[in-house]
Order: sequence, then C-alpha cells, then structure tokens
Amino acid sequence: MGLGLSLLYFIVILGLGWIAGYLPFMKTIFGTILPYVALLLFLVGIIARIVRWGRSPVPFRITTTCGQEKSLPWIRQNKLDNPSSALGAFGRMLLEVLFFRSLFRNTKAEFKDNEKLVYSVDKWLWFFSLAFHWSFLIIFLRHFRFFTEPIPSFVTFLQNIDGFFQVGLPIIYITDVLILAGLTYLFLRRIFDSKVKIISLPSDYFPLLLILGIAVTGVLMRYFFKTDLVAVKEFTVSILSFQPIGSDLLAKLSPLFIIHFTFVCTLLIYFPFSKLVHLGGIFLSPTRNLANNNRMKRHVNPWNYDVPVHTYEEYEEEFRDKMIAAGIPVEKEE
Amino acid sequence: MKLYDGWKIILGLIVFVGFFTLPIWLNLSSAQSKVKPQLVYPKDAMQCVENKDYMNHYHMDLLNFWRDSVVRMNVRYIVRNGTVLTHNGEKLEMSLTLACLKCHSNKEQFCDQCHNYLDVKPYCWDCHVQPKGGLK
Amino acid sequence: MSTKIKPEELLQTINLKPKYKNWMEVPVEFRKGTFSYAGSEEALIYLDQPNPRKWQPTDPDWKLPENWQEIILEGFRERLEKFRSLKIFMDICVRCGACADKCHFFLGSGDPKNMPVLRAELLRSIYRREFTTAGKLMGKMVGARDLTFDVLREWFYYFYQCTQCRRCSVFCPYGIDTAEITFLARELMNLIGVNIDWIMTPVKNCYRTGNHLGVQPHGMKDSLEMAAADIEEITGIHIDVPINKKGAEILFVTPSADYFATPHYYTLMGYIMLFHEIGLDYTFSTYASEGGNFGSFVSHELMKRLNNKIYAEAKRLKVKWILGGECGHMWRVIHQYMDTMNGPADFLEVPRSPITGTVFENAKSTKMVHICEFTADLIYHNKIKLDPRRNDHWHATFHDSCNPSRGMGLLEEPRYIIKNVMRKFTEMPDNTIREQTFCCGSGAGIGTDENFEMRMRGGFPRANAAKYVRDKYGVNICLCICAIDKANLPPLFEFWVPGLEVGGVHEMVGNALVMTGEKPREVDLRLQPLNIEEE
Repeated sequence: MGLGLSLLYFIVILGLGWIAGYLPFMKTIFGTILPYVALLLFLVGIIARIVRWGRSPVPFRITTTCGQEKSLPWIRQNKLDNPSSALGAFGRMLLEVLFFRSLFRNTKAEFKDNEKLVYSVDKWLWFFSLAFHWSFLIIFLRHFRFFTEPIPSFVTFLQNIDGFFQVGLPIIYITDVLILAGLTYLFLRRIFDSKVKIISLPSDYFPLLLILGIAVTGVLMRYFFKTDLVAVKEFTVSILSFQPIGSDLLAKLSPLFIIHFTFVCTLLIYFPFSKLVHLGGIFLSPTRNLANNNRMKRHVNPWNYDVPVHTYEEYEEEFRDKMIAAGIPVEKEE
Repeated sequence: MKLYDGWKIILGLIVFVGFFTLPIWLNLSSAQSKVKPQLVYPKDAMQCVENKDYMNHYHMDLLNFWRDSVVRMNVRYIVRNGTVLTHNGEKLEMSLTLACLKCHSNKEQFCDQCHNYLDVKPYCWDCHVQPKGGLK
Repeated sequence: MSTKIKPEELLQTINLKPKYKNWMEVPVEFRKGTFSYAGSEEALIYLDQPNPRKWQPTDPDWKLPENWQEIILEGFRERLEKFRSLKIFMDICVRCGACADKCHFFLGSGDPKNMPVLRAELLRSIYRREFTTAGKLMGKMVGARDLTFDVLREWFYYFYQCTQCRRCSVFCPYGIDTAEITFLARELMNLIGVNIDWIMTPVKNCYRTGNHLGVQPHGMKDSLEMAAADIEEITGIHIDVPINKKGAEILFVTPSADYFATPHYYTLMGYIMLFHEIGLDYTFSTYASEGGNFGSFVSHELMKRLNNKIYAEAKRLKVKWILGGECGHMWRVIHQYMDTMNGPADFLEVPRSPITGTVFENAKSTKMVHICEFTADLIYHNKIKLDPRRNDHWHATFHDSCNPSRGMGLLEEPRYIIKNVMRKFTEMPDNTIREQTFCCGSGAGIGTDENFEMRMRGGFPRANAAKYVRDKYGVNICLCICAIDKANLPPLFEFWVPGLEVGGVHEMVGNALVMTGEKPREVDLRLQPLNIEEE
C-alpha cells in the first residue's frame, strides 16, 4: 500500500512539473510564486516545529549511556559514549550528527543451525545513509554556484575535491554517484527487507522518491540533456535577490529543469510536516544531548509536584507493636 | 510562552536560518548579483559550425569529440553530410585554436563570461595556449 | 510453573524474516503464556489509582470508563507538554529499522510488533491522528489511526511486552528510547485502570510496608538475623545486623528480594560479611527496605511516591550518605530520577568512604553510591583481604543488567570486583554485553508465571549467549547485579541452558573475603564444598 500511494503522489508532482515546463502560465506560477511559498513554508515550518519542541521541558535527565561512566578516578571513563560534561555531550552530538555514531554500531542478528543467534557486523545501512546525507549536503553547497554571484570560494574548493578523479566530461562528481547509490539502497531495502517493509509508511517512500527525483533530474541535466545554465543561474539569483523574472528568461528554462525545480520546492514544503524534521530533532534528543552527570549535578524538573507519600510516622503507627516486639527501635515508645 | 533551553534553541535556529538564507544575504550584499554574462560575438564572422542553442548546451561535448577524433583517430577535418566543411576555401579543422578561436578570439569576453559566472573550469588551457585577453 | 512449551518447539516458531502484512490490520491475540493478569482492585484502591475493578485482559469488556478515549487523549496531550522526549520521539523516527533486530522480544518471537519501531508506532499512529495536521487530514496514508478498543488491547499486550531495557536506544541514530515510550504508554493506560497485577500489588506492598514483597519490619529482622546465623555457621563469626539505627554513618538500601529470595540471599550475606569485616557504621531500614521501584513500571507519579522514602529515611536516621545494593531498575531510578524527584538531598554529605577516604565525586549531589563502586574502591586500596581460590568451584560470566549499563554506565566496577574475588571469568560475546547487553526478558514488571512463554522468548538472546560460554568454556555461573535478573535468570537458564547457576557479585565477595577471626572455610555461602585448585 505504502509504495503505490507514494509513487502516485510522486508521479502527480512529476506530471505537474512536466506540464509546467510547457505551459507558459503554469511556468510563470511555478517559477515566480512557488519558490517563495516553498522557502517561507520551509523556514517558518521548521522554526515552528522546533519551537513547539522547545516549549516542552526535559523533566528528567535520561541519557542513554553507551560506555563506562565516570566514577572512580582509576577507572577509565568512556568520555564520548558516556559523557559527564557539557563538552563531552557536545562531542557525542558531533559524532552523532556528523558520523552517525549510533548507526555505526549496527549489527545483524540471524539464526545459525536453527538454534544459535549470531550477530554480524552490518555497516551497510550506516555507510549508505552517511553517503547519502553527506552527498546531499555537499551537492547543496555546490549548488551555491547557481545561487549567488559572485560565487563563494568554498564552492570551487568543493567542486575540485568532489571531481577529484576527473572521469569523463563533464567531470563526474563522486557525490552524484554516492547520492544515487545511497538513495537506491535505502529505497530497495524498504522493499526487499521484510522487516523494513512492514514498518514502512507512504511517508517513508515518498521523500526517498522525491529526493531520488531531484537527484536523477539533476544528473540528467548535468550529464545528458544539458540545459541553459546561464539562464538557470539568472533565474535562481533573481529569486534569491528578489529581482523580477521576465518571461523571456522563463522561456529559456528547459522542462527538465522545471521538473527538477518543482521537486525541490515540493521537498521544501513537505519537509517541516514530515519525518524529515529529524534534521532538527536529533539536536534535541534527550537521550543523546545530555551529559550523564545525574548524581553529580541535580537536574531540575520545572513541573515537579508534591505527591501523596506514606510517611514514616504512618508506617510506624501501623507496625509499632510488631517493631517493639522485635526489638526494632521506634520513634514513639508506648 | 516559555522556551526551555531557550538560548541554545534560538542560537541553533539562527545558525540554521542563516545557513539556509545565506544565498539571499550574499546576493543582497553584493551589487554583482545583478551582473549577467555579456558575451561579445565576433562581428564579421561566418556562421558557427553548429547553431547557437546547440553550442550553448553542448560545446564541451563537441570539443571533447574533436579532441578524441584528432588525437586518437587522426581524423582532422569537420565533416558535414559526407563533405568536409570549408571556410574561405580552406578545409576546416577540428581545432580549438584553428577553428573556434579564429572568431572567438577574446577569451575574456567570450568563454570566461559564462565559465566564470558558473564556476566551470575547462581543461582546454591545460594544453592550449590561452589567447590574449583571457584570465587564467 | 507451566513449562508446557519445549525449547525446541519454541525455537521453531521464531521467524526473523516475518512475512509482509499491514500491521494495523493484524489483530492482537491474548495467547496463554504471553501476557500478565490485570491489576487487582484492592491494590488500585489502596493506591488511589483510577478505575479499580475486577477484570482480565481476555474479557470482552474491560469495564472502562465511558469516556476512556477522551481521558487517554487528554493525558497524551498533557504528557506532550510535559515531556520533550515524547514530542521528539513521536515526530522524528524515520523508520530506518536499525532497532528492529535489537529487541530481545523480537529476536525471541519474530513478532513484527515487537520491533521497537513498531512498538512505538502503536502510540505514534494515535499521536498522528490526534495531534498532527497531516494525520487529521490524511489518516492511514500517513500512518494515523483512531484510538479504538482494539488499539488499546494492542497497547496493553505490547507495552507489557517491553522490559524498558533501552537496548534499541543504543542503536537508534536519534536515540529514540522505547523505554521512555513504554513508560508513558503505560502511564496513559493507567489513567483508565489498565495495568497488571504483578506491578500494582508490589507497588501497593511497597507503599505500605516499604518493600515489594510486603515484608513487615519484624519479618525483615528475622531474615537478616537468619542471614547472620548462616554466616556464623560458615565463618564462626557472630554479627549483629544494624536495623533502623539512628546516627549511623550510612544507610544501606537494597532490593527486598535480597532478604528472602534465592540466590539473592547469598548476596545479602556477602554484603553483611563485607560491612562487618571493614567495620562500617551503617544501618538497614525497615521503612526504606526496598531499593527497587515497581512504581517506575507504571507511572512517574507512583515512582516518585515509592522513591520518596529513601531520602526521608536518610533524614530521619540522620545518616551522612546512602549506599545502594545490587539492583537494576532501582539504579535507573536512583541515578536518573531520585534527585530530581525527591531532592535536593542537602541534609546529607558528599559520600566519602570511611575506610579508604575516597570521596565519591560522581555522587556528590544525589549522595548515593553503588555497592560495586564502593567495593571496587576498597579492593583497589587493598583494604580487604581476599582469597579468590575459594571461588575455584565457579567459572563465572557476567551479565550486565540493562539499567546499570544503559542508564548509568556501571560496567567496569563489577568486573574489577569479579576479577579480584575469583580466578575463572569469561565474558559472553561482545554484542551481548556492556551497553549491548540483553535483558533477562522479565524486567519492568512482567516476570509473572502466567507470562512464562513470553519471558522465555524475551530471555532467549541472553540465554543463547550464556549457553555459548557454558558450552565453549565450561562457565557454570552467571553473575549479575540485579534482583530481577536473580529472580528470572534461574528459570530462564533452566529452560534454555540447564545447569547454569545464577549469583550476585557480592556473593562471590563473601566467599573470597578473608574475615578476621574466621574459622577455616569449608563451604561457600550456598553451603557447597569449596574446591580449591592448587597451582
């Protein structure tokens, strides 16, 4: 069910982009209004989501500890997997955000001889997710060459590194290969790994398809069906500097580019209302971003309230005779 | 409205929004963002070997093909419909210097306009001598 | 104990590659042996909890309040405002499936709803429906569904099939913690009186008598004196065990199973021998006679209500600091909740070992030290004399209990002690110990007889690793530092790994401890003959 439905949504958006590429009035709407709507919804949506999270307190410090705690001075603490300081927690978060530390631990459990459970190292999910995320980031940063004039120097730097192997013409970017490989892997495992298939929702397939759509149209434009890049850049820079866009400029944009652009705008709009907000959520995850210094430093719960308790007096009242008979000291001898 | 860990969250949001709107700030803060490539075309030149649209999109493929033909297969002349193209009675060679640069002699006013605008570094000049008026 | 199902039969029912089915359309089935009985009316009344009544999960009518959906949804809304964790964990899961085969219940049952991600989706599907725009508009397309009686039945079945061990949280790229989700789901169900008796009755007992077993003060004293008598028989040393002693330096709190259950009892003897030998000025308390906290298996409020007595008793007895015994979830509560809930403990002093002078900086706010930290420090400073040969009849492995490992990080201390008190020690495979340890399968209040099959399934990965070291290295005892482990590993091993014993770390300390003026030891704390192997 999940796959079919998201495929349908994907095709509708693809179709809309395609048609917009050929119909001038739609092209005008997609080229001049859509990007601002998308950008605004994206930014406001994300901010609203994070503020919504921020409005709930973190009542307890529930760090998941993944290594030796700080205790006796002669026992070596695992400062990154079980940090006891803000700096350590920061380091842990860096590892988590930049290198997917937790996913790196991934193992695969299988039965051997129908009676033994064995665990094998399984880094594929880690590798392809990391490849996908990093590639996406680098490709986004590389796109600054279309976003700004003058072009920031980091773009040139990234392009040089990314195209290091100088294969083909135009030079094939490693990230282009990796993002397609990553997305394909992430997509296929949802279909072929029965466990993952069971848990997958339409909202899991859809963003993969959408990003795959973005990547594929991008790759097609770069390597196969080339487009008027000067026009593309004039177009994006105009959007990103609030300059009017003339119909002659829009006319120069190829339908393939309009599809690419429509996908990007859809992603921006879809982002804040979907699981993609894990981008921001990871930073606020209380099991990861807190130091495990619970017994060193008191954590305050802002809504801590008084609860009924069974006091010692009530307890002694009930058991006093038995306590006295057993020779256990009491507060009130009678 | 109370925001818990407020300053950390706000700082994070500023970084996030700042990063995503960076192109806007860069464009707004630079007058150059309004500058577009101005190509100077040769005034009295012949027609190009391909039409303008094709050259805009695919000139790199053409040059690449030329290089391979000449260097690897020793096929030197531009053939159209079975006959070798000529210009002023001379056979036209598949050559950056002997064909393209004959007309588009000013690299700065031609190649560089778009190439700098899009930050594309061709490797033509790794071997070929750059014509005058060109930036590295 | 019903042991109808055989290990081989059970194994054959596990398929870790379950066939695809739309999980929302698979109804829950309360199969005998895989769920626990409902909370008793009496316990709920005593604790003033909602909707006390007689009912069972297999009943067609659970006798819920008319507006039970409303109560749950209102409770959900309230908890979203109170717990950032809940909001985040509801919103950011990408269903990558990294957690899927990390759960011992999935590995032992192959039931897709035991994949942590799907367990959380049980709650998430309702969250989306009620609290997100997409879910309100698009329903099933975005994985949203209405809160129906069938959903509630599913919640009950599967949230009482999670032992809050947090193993999935270790592997989750966002640190989504199913224990937290289960905590809150159980809390929601408790709002309409849906809970289990093996939790609610101990909570009632604990609230009344100070401990889960409902042991009254004189009963506790008897038990401690019996332990002292047994110690005297083995060592020839007479010990008076201090109880409710005002002005003692240290209050000692341990799970109540230590006083009565086996093999916990041997660990208790170990503590008493150790404290006597080093001349510790300490006291047991009959009021704070329970370190464990079954309240933490139902709701934050009940957790706080039960935990309150520890600081209260420390204050009344005017001790300087608190020492805690071997227990799992007790330490999760003490380490991550006690100070926040019932602190600040400003009437206590920063813990300092009176024997070694070590100041426990890591406990300077909560003022409670783990017995393994305390003993490891004693051994490090050579303050006790040990004869590890007295444990030569044991070849041990160590089972990290879920909470001390993933809610605290107490990994090296017990190992250091074990290596100093015995000579034969072998670790289980890497993926099954330390922060990746497997639960005994019966934590978080589901260690009931009626739930036997599910416990054996949940404990399978642990047993499987233990079997490996037993078969390969001849390990004959699995040590642990958790009272629930000590209660549940014996039947688990009897089922999967017959012959493997279970013991506590301080039982081994008791065996090895050379006490001043003791008679030559011939038997260990279990009255089994020693078998010292000469070099």
